[in-house]
Amino acid sequence: MSVVTGYNFAYLDEQTKRMIRRALLKAVAVPGYQVPFGSREMPLPYGWGTGGIQVTASVIGPDDVLKVIDQGADDTTNAVSIRRFFARVAGVATTERTPEATLIQTRHRIPETPLRAGQILVYQVPIPEPLRWVEPRETETRKMHALIEYGVMHVKLYEDITRHGRIATSYDYPVLVNDRYVMAPSPIPKFDNPKMHRMPALQLFGAGREKRLYAVPPYTKVESLDFEDHPFEVQRWDDVCALCGAADSYLDEVIVDDRGGRMYVCSDSDYCRERREAGHLGPGGPAGLEAAE
Amino acid sequence: MTVDTAKPLLRAEGVSKFFGRQVGCREVSFDLHPGEVLGIVGESGSGKTTLLNCLSAQLEPTSGRVLYDTRVEGLQDVYRMSEASRRLLIRTDWGIVRQNPRDGLRMGVSAGANVGERLMAVGARHYGHIRAEATDWLARVEIDPERVDDPPATFSGGMQQRVQLARNLVTRPRLVFMDEPTGGLDVSVQARLLDLLRGLVTDLGLSAVVVTHDLAVTRLLAHRLVVMKGGAVVETGLTDQVLDDPQHPYSQLLVSSILQP
Amino acid sequence: MPEPMIAVRGLRKSFTLHNQGGAVLRVLGGVDFEVAAGECLVLHGPSGAGKSTLLRSLYANYLPQAGEIRVRHDGAWVDMATAPPHRVLDVRRRTLGWVSQFLRVVPRVPAIDVVAEPLRGLGASPDEARARSGDLLARLRIPERLWRLAPSTFSGGEQQRVNLARSFVHPYPVLLLDEPTASLDVANRETVMDLIEEAKARGAAVVGIFHDAEVRARVGTRLYEMAEAVGGEAVA
Repeated sequence: MSVVTGYNFAYLDEQTKRMIRRALLKAVAVPGYQVPFGSREMPLPYGWGTGGIQVTASVIGPDDVLKVIDQGADDTTNAVSIRRFFARVAGVATTERTPEATLIQTRHRIPETPLRAGQILVYQVPIPEPLRWVEPRETETRKMHALIEYGVMHVKLYEDITRHGRIATSYDYPVLVNDRYVMAPSPIPKFDNPKMHRMPALQLFGAGREKRLYAVPPYTKVESLDFEDHPFEVQRWDDVCALCGAADSYLDEVIVDDRGGRMYVCSDSDYCRERREAGHLGPGGPAGLEAAE
Repeated sequence: MTVDTAKPLLRAEGVSKFFGRQVGCREVSFDLHPGEVLGIVGESGSGKTTLLNCLSAQLEPTSGRVLYDTRVEGLQDVYRMSEASRRLLIRTDWGIVRQNPRDGLRMGVSAGANVGERLMAVGARHYGHIRAEATDWLARVEIDPERVDDPPATFSGGMQQRVQLARNLVTRPRLVFMDEPTGGLDVSVQARLLDLLRGLVTDLGLSAVVVTHDLAVTRLLAHRLVVMKGGAVVETGLTDQVLDDPQHPYSQLLVSSILQP
Repeated sequence: MPEPMIAVRGLRKSFTLHNQGGAVLRVLGGVDFEVAAGECLVLHGPSGAGKSTLLRSLYANYLPQAGEIRVRHDGAWVDMATAPPHRVLDVRRRTLGWVSQFLRVVPRVPAIDVVAEPLRGLGASPDEARARSGDLLARLRIPERLWRLAPSTFSGGEQQRVNLARSFVHPYPVLLLDEPTASLDVANRETVMDLIEEAKARGAAVVGIFHDAEVRARVGTRLYEMAEAVGGEAVA
């Protein structure tokens, strides 16, 4: 792919990247704390990952290898567009393979393949403030964070149990970072929450519309909030992946025909492919593979 | 109940609040002792709600001090303590009951969560225990335990006001501030709430500051009265003394204007 | 003479009616007396002499203009005319009992709890307070089926007896009685006289207004004569 001319490396000007990197340094220094930053207009609408793209643009170098996923998949429109964007404005190599990537931008998932030290995971965040549901005033939520007034987060979970008999929150499940700040992990499934805990890779979060950055440094404690008698639990499936037979991965339900036929497949398309390349085959067999494609 | 009545729980010293040139309240001083209920009476605009807000650490006075006998450090100026300590004080050792329950409750979450919130705020992390304690408090304010999982939005005004009480009392505060707690309620519902409040004050040894324009409410609830007019205190005294032998012309007018105090 | 429990000196009381042209009613001008433990002082005089005003002033229900009203509370004197409110309330809670003619009905509260309330305020358990209250209600012939009902529906006589029970349920060292036997039938009047005698016998000092000459003669130790304009001052 040809690199376009007329743009600075990675689209943003150097002053903006520096400003964002300074904010990111602060975010890393205070894990889970939301740092305001001067979010720029990007050539795509809010809600499409403007925060994540600005973070990626600010930390990416010519030698980086970029992977972009949307809901775990490398081949959705949003993921493809952002990957091509950086290939053109930064001329960086791209990949779909998790272990090969040095920088991974994600919307709504953490890859199944464990990340290693030296990798950076950039999350796209729509609503960075976990207290927003209860308190609309920014001045007040900042005060609540400052004074560690987090009782209301448990009110939300309490209400879940009261209504559903269990904690029904399954996305954007609140976490406590480094025993200090309550943080929104972005709308990843709570299935992914345990992966954040003591992750060797650096995790950066960018919210473009809300103009906030935050971070979880490598090997940081990340705890999902819960009750003693209703401990945190991740989703489980009775099925395995129809394609690769994985029993340990986050599964999406796929409708395969007009008669209501359905199957479960890995949400992480790269993980699924790697397993199939290694010879694993799911109960759907080769036919299932065809149907999925 | 043995309480040390010699030491004040709350002390106002020359509390004044001005809004520009407008007087909110002026030079108010008094001591409130443990177990005492103080009524603040006066007409609309007399400054009683401004005074209540100053006393309850919601509105910093222009001058004067508000002192509270904290459990650990004794008498402290509530506007001089750190914000963290003040907010902790407000949600543990104090209760604040609003006239409109909508301002004091989360209408969308269950009654149990409303009552349990203060417990969770101080670190309770066992759902079953929190719900049991919330249920117990709802029963104490005469709400059917069956309704613990229903949101207050489905309750009557009187029930909402009682949920608000339970929500405030669950941390066993020593001092409760109430702004027209029976305002907007039917007479029969008022009577029930007043009776409940009287019982709780006796059983829990609560102190309270109650703002009301209803002298009948103060007769039943308050030990002492502060009569306000134009932002200033014109008379203070024992409730029955102020109502039966008012000294100030304005107090006399106020008392003679009601049908049966 | 045994030690005084209540001592009044130079007590003056007038009413200024600010909303009626500032008219001043001088009711008490210089009242002095002492009442010892076990005594019953009877306030005596014609209607309008200020007997009720005096009694209410002793209870700090009315605010006197001058003088002192000392009550022996926990072995020390408290001046009801000048003590801070929480002291006055403490004296009322533990030392100084008040019996008025009329019950101020609290909505919804059952009769037995109306009677028990002073004990609850002194820290008695609900069961203990109810048991003692039940004894007194029974003595005053309130049928047990009424105990659980709010007195607002009771007859005037029944309400008065509930009020009497409430006033005698705690053994106050000083008792102020305002016409306690008015409108009672003979049997109940006897019971109330017994209660007053029992209070005196346990050492209570009593100050009372009794219109009934027979009651005066039986429970009174001394008379305190009040004419109109006590102390020689003019009534406005």
